[in-house]
Amino acid sequence: MTPSVLPLGDPAPADGILPAQAAVGAASRKFSLYAHIPFCAVRCGYCDFNTYTATELGGGASQDAYASTAVREVEFAARAMTASGLPQRKLSTVFFGGGTPTLLPAGDLTRILGAAVEQWGIEEGAEVTTEANPDSVTLESLQELHDGGFTRVSFGMQSAVSHVLKVLDRTHKPERVPQAVAWAREVGLNVSVDLIYGTPGESLADWETSVRTALSYEPDHISAYSLIVEEGTKLAAQIRRGQVPNIDDDDHAVKYELADALFQAGGLSWYEVSNWSRTPADACQHNLAYWHGDDWWGIGPGAHSHMGGVRWWNVKHPTAYANRLDKGESPAAGRETLDADTRELERIMLVSRLSEGLSIDTLGPAGRHAVAGLIAEGLIEPLKAFAGTLVLTLKGRLLGDAVTRALLP
Amino acid sequence: MSPMARTAPVPAATDPAIIRNFCIIAHIDHGKSTLADRMLQLTGVVQQRDMKAQYLDRMDIERERGITIKSQAVRIPWEVDGTAYCLNMIDTPGHVDFTYEVSRSLAACEGAILLVDAAQGIEAQTLANLYLAMENNLTIIPVLNKIDLPSAQPEKYAAELANLIGGKPEDVLMVSGKTGVGVEALLDQIVRELPPPVGDPNAPARAMIFDSVYDTYRGVVTYVRVIDGSLSPREKIQMMSTRATHELLEIGVSSPEPTPSKGLGVGEVGYLITGVKDVRQSKVGDTVTTFHKPATESLGGYQDAKPMVFSGLYPLDGADYPVLRDALEKLMLNDAALVYEPESSAALGFGFRVGFLGLLHLEITRERLEREHNLDLISTAPNVEYEVTLEDKKIIHVTNPSEYPSGKIAEVREPMVSATILAPSEFVGAIMELCQSRRGILGGMDYLSEDRVEIRYRLPLAEIVFDFFDILKSKTRGYGSLDWKADGDQVADLVKVDILLQGEQVDAFSAITHRDKAYAYGVMMTGKLRNLIPRQQFEVPIQAAIGARIIARESIRAIRKDVLAKCYGGDISRKRKLLEKQKEGKKRMKMVGRVEVPQEAFIAALTTDESSKDKSKK
Ligand SMILES: Nc1nc2c(ncn2[C@@H]2O[C@H](COP(=O)(O)OP(=O)(O)O)[C@@H](O)[C@H]2O)c(=O)[nH]1
Ligand SMILES: C[S@@+](CC[C@H](N)C(=O)[O-])C[C@H]1O[C@@H](n2cnc3c(N)ncnc32)[C@H](O)[C@@H]1O
Ligand code: SF4
Ligand SMILES: [Mg+2]
Repeated sequence: MTPSVLPLGDPAPADGILPAQAAVGAASRKFSLYAHIPFCAVRCGYCDFNTYTATELGGGASQDAYASTAVREVEFAARAMTASGLPQRKLSTVFFGGGTPTLLPAGDLTRILGAAVEQWGIEEGAEVTTEANPDSVTLESLQELHDGGFTRVSFGMQSAVSHVLKVLDRTHKPERVPQAVAWAREVGLNVSVDLIYGTPGESLADWETSVRTALSYEPDHISAYSLIVEEGTKLAAQIRRGQVPNIDDDDHAVKYELADALFQAGGLSWYEVSNWSRTPADACQHNLAYWHGDDWWGIGPGAHSHMGGVRWWNVKHPTAYANRLDKGESPAAGRETLDADTRELERIMLVSRLSEGLSIDTLGPAGRHAVAGLIAEGLIEPLKAFAGTLVLTLKGRLLGDAVTRALLP
Repeated sequence: MSPMARTAPVPAATDPAIIRNFCIIAHIDHGKSTLADRMLQLTGVVQQRDMKAQYLDRMDIERERGITIKSQAVRIPWEVDGTAYCLNMIDTPGHVDFTYEVSRSLAACEGAILLVDAAQGIEAQTLANLYLAMENNLTIIPVLNKIDLPSAQPEKYAAELANLIGGKPEDVLMVSGKTGVGVEALLDQIVRELPPPVGDPNAPARAMIFDSVYDTYRGVVTYVRVIDGSLSPREKIQMMSTRATHELLEIGVSSPEPTPSKGLGVGEVGYLITGVKDVRQSKVGDTVTTFHKPATESLGGYQDAKPMVFSGLYPLDGADYPVLRDALEKLMLNDAALVYEPESSAALGFGFRVGFLGLLHLEITRERLEREHNLDLISTAPNVEYEVTLEDKKIIHVTNPSEYPSGKIAEVREPMVSATILAPSEFVGAIMELCQSRRGILGGMDYLSEDRVEIRYRLPLAEIVFDFFDILKSKTRGYGSLDWKADGDQVADLVKVDILLQGEQVDAFSAITHRDKAYAYGVMMTGKLRNLIPRQQFEVPIQAAIGARIIARESIRAIRKDVLAKCYGGDISRKRKLLEKQKEGKKRMKMVGRVEVPQEAFIAALTTDESSKDKSKK
């Protein structure tokens, strides 16, 4: 997944050579791959991801050629990493996100995956995920993905309630989801579903229906996100014009609490603020790599990458992206090299979201000083804190950003 | 036709018989500065190419706001019937906040041009200044300006003017400062009608200070009008109010650039430079005499400027406190009416309590501080000075609500004003309703013409310092005008309303109000704050209280969710930047107990809607 607004950063060189910092300690860090597929059948009103419909691109040409372009970046990445002094590492996880990866023929996805595995190799039992819209898969396509090396699929279910799906501009029929989940199961894929709560017009009962329905499919994993009104989206405009009521944080809080209770009862435990899994092993390893500050290369337009405190991101438009690679140049649009303080800030910001928690010993004086206050406010688990780990309570998960701010110097 | 004077009379040797000292009385925007410009041009004092609009309004703020804050005096030559005359034009400030300065300028003249916009008619401030002119026995020349405007109604307003000063409508001159029409005739009329100054050239020197301006390069420039005797260069002069003596470094006249002269004789108007650095050493209204042959009696009429409105000024960034202190010190050099002392507020930090002549004076001062010293300031709600008598008969003067004693009060007196409001008669009802709601007592009502009325009220000053004028303007669709002057004090039933956040009093929001209005203030302020203070992790009660009695309450519900739901690879930089921004924002929060209050909330709570509109300047 890549958001549509790129950060402001430093220029990135055409040869893709990374600053020296990227290689420091790389051998002990895991390495992952993200592949962005920037295409969707229609654009959902709330979505600000870097994705394009066929009409927006003026035809399907770039979709057809996309796999070849992506493979070119895989090869570029392998060369640039070697040239930057990074050790050869096997892929620890792979994630295809979008957009809608499954809008491309399964063969395109497995081709890109194959090229990556050819370059780097892949660890035994590595997680390989693709996002999918429920109405963009068939039993056959899922089978092909599985056979090509995919182990996991994440379905954009969002809601089980028609009028909510309508506000979200989702095209799929609710009945389509259990079908898709069943097929994925059948071919042997691990299954996750994404839900969105707090959509304008969604009642608490609607949300309960969605949660119970999702649980009834017995997925291995559920992500539940409160609806974010992103600037520049159709939804933002509708709210501004008063055509759709605004979202409400208090409503989100209640729905989060309800979902957490139902997931727990349904056998799923939280491991990140917005993520629940059946067993620890079912947690999304790829996303954990993000939160742990591991290394990953993101291929595709607008994709973000991270290597040892160097973050960069590609040009957004598929055409500009393809042109760069055609010329043998890095598709990066900009990058930033984080200093030690900033990396520490990111670490606190990301790891504090996880159920495994943040080791209090690793915090600076300001962070350690804040711990007692956080216990007093009921934001972190006291017993875990006594044992040296900072873990959010339910209230703390809802006020996670406030906890992070409190821990910063 | 009157030609430009071929030979201008020389300063220090000018026969009083050919001198005419005059000023222009006009409401803001009726065209005083434009007319003055035209006169400078016609008399050749300012060359065409040097002419910039409103030549005499020197300060940036004056130019931008189009108002005259500091008066200036210009010597202009004009010939009538073959005789060269010397006209001294004294430009007076038009706004009521500066009434005292106006009255001193008037005292330096024998005559006044009463300038009225032919499309607007008389306004309240014109009346007030006209009243001052008559008090000073000035000869009045009524003039209608802007007769070039299609909307001008010269007949109507000529009748109104004649009615007011007791003359004939035909005697009212018609001019246009813009096109120059009628300006020469006006200059002729000044020579013919105004009496020349009279004084005793042989008596000890007495000159009245009508303005005193600080200039970075030359120190204080003092503008005087000589009544008796004469002043000459390199003489030691003496200020009669303090007996302080100063060396006279330069003496001269403005024409309009400062031009040194051999001195100033009876009836002449010019400037003195003594090297003093503070306008307080050379105060408006004081009498200048010579050290070697001092006069025994001063000209009288001198009074210290009395601040009427007080407000706390605080730098937004506490680190700017020394900058604000230095800035005020500098401003004081040029503004004898400004008084201040340091104060501190639990909520706002260190700042100053500053006394002003009125609201405009406050606004101009604040704007100059911000602009000329690059400061961001918070000003607390303006209030007046109360005289509180305690039960033990001790009297204290309160200019800051937080100094208001709790309990044991025998009596509180509040300053009163007499206000004159002029407006089209259709608005009488609305105006009376407004004044009544502000505890006003009707003093009288007169029709200036069929459809224009003058209404006089006695009102507590406190009731007009905040938003009265803005409301008057809106209730009269912009046509109402207001003038006021101090008018003693009265006993009043006043209380202090405190605002509490989570039980902690926030000094910056305390207010002294009439008991009947305490509730309204409490409801207004608690409501405002509820919308301005962001939700915290706990519920925050906001209360308004008189002493221990709660009169209004609101509450800010605890925030329940403050976390970004999604945080994946592409979100990290964005989310980090957001956090960094929030962290910066936290530094700009003021802590009231456990409650984090953004600076913006203080500013917004202390600003009226009207004045915040003004602030949307460039
Ligand atoms: N049409 C017209 N406009 C004028 C005339 N005199 C002044 N003005 C305009 O009226 C406004 C106020 O003039 P100004 O001289 O600054 O007024 P002051 O506030 O009395 O000094 C300005 O926009 C002038 O251009 C006039 O004779 N005719
Ligand atoms: C990049 S989307 C891609 C998945 C796929 N295209 C789909 O929409 O089903 C991944 C997930 O992010 C979540 N998401 C996207 N936009 C969101 C928003 N504005 N607020 C909250 N969640 C959002 C949705 O749950 C979505 O399934
Ligand atoms: S299908 Fe998914 S990626 Fe595409 S527009 Fe909708 S939410 Fe965004
Ligand atoms: Mg002016």
